[in-house]
Amino acid sequence: MKLQPWIAWTIYIVLAAICITTLVPFLWMVLTSLKPESEVTNVDPFPHVWHPSNYREVSSAAPFFGRYYLNSLFVACWVTYLTVLSSSMAAFAFARLRWPGRNTVFTLYLATMMIPGVVTMIPNFAIMVKLQMLDTYSGLIIPASFSAFGTFLLRQFMLGIPRALDDASVIDGANAWQVFSDVILPLTRPGLITLAIFTFMGNYGSLLWPLIMVKSESMRTLPIGLLQFDSVYDKATHLMMAASVMSVVPPLILFIVGQKYLVKGIQLGAVKG
Amino acid sequence: MSAGSHRRREKNDLVPAVLFLAPNFIGFLVFTAGPVFISLMSSFTDRSLLTPQWQWVGFRNYQDMETDSLFWIYLVNTAYYFIGLPISMIGSLFLASLLHQRIRAGAVFRTLLFLPSFTAGVALMLLWKQLLNPDFGAINAMLGSAFEHLHLNIGLPQWLNSTHNLMAINPERVRLDPPQFGLGARDGLMLMGIWTGIGGGNMLLYLAALTNIPEELSEAAALDGAGAWQSFRAVTWPQLAPTTFFIIVMSCIGGFQGGFDQARVMTGGGPAKTTVTLAYYIYQKAFEQFQLGYASAVSWVLFALVLAITLLNWRFGNSEDLVS
Repeated sequence: MKLQPWIAWTIYIVLAAICITTLVPFLWMVLTSLKPESEVTNVDPFPHVWHPSNYREVSSAAPFFGRYYLNSLFVACWVTYLTVLSSSMAAFAFARLRWPGRNTVFTLYLATMMIPGVVTMIPNFAIMVKLQMLDTYSGLIIPASFSAFGTFLLRQFMLGIPRALDDASVIDGANAWQVFSDVILPLTRPGLITLAIFTFMGNYGSLLWPLIMVKSESMRTLPIGLLQFDSVYDKATHLMMAASVMSVVPPLILFIVGQKYLVKGIQLGAVKG
Repeated sequence: MSAGSHRRREKNDLVPAVLFLAPNFIGFLVFTAGPVFISLMSSFTDRSLLTPQWQWVGFRNYQDMETDSLFWIYLVNTAYYFIGLPISMIGSLFLASLLHQRIRAGAVFRTLLFLPSFTAGVALMLLWKQLLNPDFGAINAMLGSAFEHLHLNIGLPQWLNSTHNLMAINPERVRLDPPQFGLGARDGLMLMGIWTGIGGGNMLLYLAALTNIPEELSEAAALDGAGAWQSFRAVTWPQLAPTTFFIIVMSCIGGFQGGFDQARVMTGGGPAKTTVTLAYYIYQKAFEQFQLGYASAVSWVLFALVLAITLLNWRFGNSEDLVS
């Protein structure tokens, strides 16, 4: 069925209007970040005097801002790497190996996916204190690196790979690790990328856990660093917006690069129910 | 493959299976299973971050919650955000149905609509705090000029500064109080939530579900003379039921646990504690008032709420059919 032109045009106009509503706040953020301090409370969204030096001033107002940025990227990258590695290995055990009790253990994994983070948060804090990982990168990285959801997601991907492939390489003399790394992992690539994007985003934006873990200024991540502009540098809205724009850049790049994997991943992830 | 070789394979796989599972499983024991157990035990103690001594107190923490008026106010605050759920869901479904039509550049629209939910976080919350500013924020600037054109003489919403709400609930007690009716802090946060979520995961789920509906069904309805709305009611909506159910369940589970970031970043829980949710309360109790035992008990009540919804989902839902 082909759409009548007037219907198609109506749809375009409605969609365009909603997309504009979606984009205007972003635009507003960028415009405010280019205003001098005196114009921030001005209702006119466009700066009368363009003030791009706000972006330079961010680092003089918050000397550690670059450090926050690096901390966030460093922590998110490590968590992503460890999560993808440990989840893909566990998913391989659940999807491709046969062993007694497999389904019981998997059901247990599934069941833990619904445990609210706030339940495990307090004991995990105590564990970090015991392990002396408070205010360290390990404390930010390690507890976040084991994902039941990731295991589940990758298992779904791996179940779709024909069994004959493993059997063939076993006959050729491959051991389990070789089957995993040479046969299964390359075929699970879209799943790995999807999980990597989700994990990276989840940790890059994480606020609660770093808030509990971090004590010293040099260990702060971006979300905590951004909060500073709202409290310590009370009225530095122009700098706050400049810092916010900068903090949105990595997700934006990731979004442009990886969006085709996201759509598929979200739709697959929903099967978890 | 014969039964004999099959059995041999099972034996052979046990050792690699243990090795492959080990990293994730150890992490799971240390950071999930163990903590869940510890948390349950703590909820029956008076553990505190201030002193190393503690005692078993039985169910006292749970009994205290019954008379803790703050707990009930915060439970209502948490539930208040569910008002936004139908709006957000209908919006997602509407957008998905538009994108589902055969139009050009559908992927471009989809990408743009997905942007807020992907970049969501502290930066966007700080932005919305500015947008919602009652004096110079963009939202009130637009509302103000709209009211002026329409010659309406109503006060502008005070958003994050106001305890007003659409249910007219008194902020101090869980009680109706008609002068409280209006748009306040919670509605501001809800508006942000809708803007963030409407083009996100739920829209993509609806889009996938719409694609999976056999085209013959709507064609048959059209042959029977059904209009677009009738066809939607009789064919599309029933076919979408599993997706709708799934979205409601997941949103409720997320909703009960939510509200921390927004409150911490945008309102500090105010005004008059109207934006404190259960998750924020647990954080306050544990890390500001150091009452780990009581905080654990509250977190288990939250867990029970989530568990109840999940069981409901297992009983009535069939989410395995969602995506084929």
